[in-house]
Amino acid sequence: MSLDVAIVHRVGAFSLDAGFRSEGGLTALFGPSGSGKTTVVNVIAGLVRADHARVEVDGDVLVDTSRRVFVPPHRRHLGYVFQEPRLFPHLTVRQNLLYGRWFRTSAERRTPFDQVVDVLGIAPLLHRRPAGLSGGEKQRVAVGRAWLASPRLLLMDEPFSSLDAARKDEILPYIERLRDESRIPIVYVSHDIAEVARLATQVVLLEHGRVSSVGTVDDVLSRTDALPVDARDDAGAIVEARVAGHDDVAALTTLDCRAGALRLPRIGLPVGATVRVRIRARDVLIAVSPPEGLSARNVMPAVVTEVGSGDSPAVDVRLDAHGDTLIARVTRHSVLALGIKPGRRVFAVIKAVAFDQPTRRPGASAPARATDGIVEV
Amino acid sequence: MLTLSPEETTAIRLSLRVALWAVVASLPVGIAVAVLLARGRFWGKTALEGLVYLPLVLPPVVTGYVLLLVFGRRGLLGAFLAETFGIVFAFRWTGAALASAVMGFPLLVRAVRLSVEAVDRKLEAAAGTLGAGPGWVFLTVTLPLIAPGILAGAVLAFARSLGEFGATITFVSNIPGETQTLPTALYTFTQVPGGDAGALRLSLIAVAISMLALVAAEVLGRRLARRLEGA
Repeated sequence: MSLDVAIVHRVGAFSLDAGFRSEGGLTALFGPSGSGKTTVVNVIAGLVRADHARVEVDGDVLVDTSRRVFVPPHRRHLGYVFQEPRLFPHLTVRQNLLYGRWFRTSAERRTPFDQVVDVLGIAPLLHRRPAGLSGGEKQRVAVGRAWLASPRLLLMDEPFSSLDAARKDEILPYIERLRDESRIPIVYVSHDIAEVARLATQVVLLEHGRVSSVGTVDDVLSRTDALPVDARDDAGAIVEARVAGHDDVAALTTLDCRAGALRLPRIGLPVGATVRVRIRARDVLIAVSPPEGLSARNVMPAVVTEVGSGDSPAVDVRLDAHGDTLIARVTRHSVLALGIKPGRRVFAVIKAVAFDQPTRRPGASAPARATDGIVEV
Repeated sequence: MLTLSPEETTAIRLSLRVALWAVVASLPVGIAVAVLLARGRFWGKTALEGLVYLPLVLPPVVTGYVLLLVFGRRGLLGAFLAETFGIVFAFRWTGAALASAVMGFPLLVRAVRLSVEAVDRKLEAAAGTLGAGPGWVFLTVTLPLIAPGILAGAVLAFARSLGEFGATITFVSNIPGETQTLPTALYTFTQVPGGDAGALRLSLIAVAISMLALVAAEVLGRRLARRLEGA
């Protein structure tokens, strides 16, 4: 699977000039509101005709304005989950789910109905009509409807932005299962850093209609100074870790990452499971000598690689801890007072970690659930 | 007093037939024109709009006279239709149906047009992304969503047809058994001595039929609305 997008488009005073490539997995289009994310997705879907564009999916050219190619939306074989559910009010949930199948030949109906219903947990809703469903239920049905059309690419435009945090936490595990079990590549629009850190394999950062950064989720999200201002507060490093062991007496779990051992309140994952841990910059302190008498128990030796510039009172300092990148947000005053500069050996003190998800489940069929949220360590 | 004479029965049955055919025949055209007016942007849209709504404001007698000129035996279209297809409107019940259809058309188009304008086009876009071409989108999404509007328009046109008098009598006259509908029969009763009882009976029948149509539409409309509003 491959997706190739290049768009130049102008609407009023807003101009979009963006391009990226994806080789599968979940590509997050990340950026503040008004950065052009939705337009990009609409051009891919064929709902917006761009001034100049080229869109190619699996070597199949969907749009090429230079050659006057424009495949109409219904012939693109894509799935689209919109911000609003857009369920058909005159059809039952089951009929909504099966709508796209109608327009596929039997060979193209690759997605088994029962699997979708099971993964999304919508079996009890099948005979109801959309008007009676809650917001979260509606969006799950909308996801199922797009998935059952057996798309070669799934587009999702902030599908859960209208849900509150609790509903969102409820629904994100379903999307993880969709991503892992359907093997359909996904383009996912979001302005929520936690959502992106949790779901994405690749991140395309959009600002003012331009791609400001592309890369793996750890790369892009750890360049905190490059992130949009409103996302910086929660920004930090993403570290892949493995569950090394549990201590039932102290109710602790030890995770192994390249930076060292990370101890935290016990989580319900088997030993050997891989976890994606987000360590926010504001939860990391820097000490220049081995600290003593601290309540925080996770202290890791590291080397300063970069000190952020700018004139704000807070500075993000990038650290290398045996190959893992950590980011600490400290005051400019401390940087000067402690003599923090690239090459300096320091100790990173981690106050809290955020558990986003188990990235791989060793041999498990049911999704193992990490304790989501921020945990003080 | 309450037993109907054969002439009255004939007039009532003819009226129902005329009204029913007027609605059935004008529905497809009416829906097409309503969609065109609601969605289309084309040269001459205002002219088409005016033409469609004209019978609403024109004296019905004028409409009937225009129909006579166009669809009469020697009319522009009338002669052509009679020669090539054998379709004759002049002084036939089909002509009464045509007159009724033309008079009810603006009401039908207006109701359907309003419901087309109320359709959330985002739903149609969603159907498109799921693989439905424009024709299928219209059949499976737009049409079910505007069904209440179509129903309302059809009932209005039906009621208008039952009451049609001026255009009908001008175009196809008042021939018992062929073009004498309920209103024209009623009119005839009022013109002859001792026709009061007949006129009253036909009036009561007209009230009953209209009420029935309204109630049926209300019940059907509620059922459609309930389907859309869920549960």
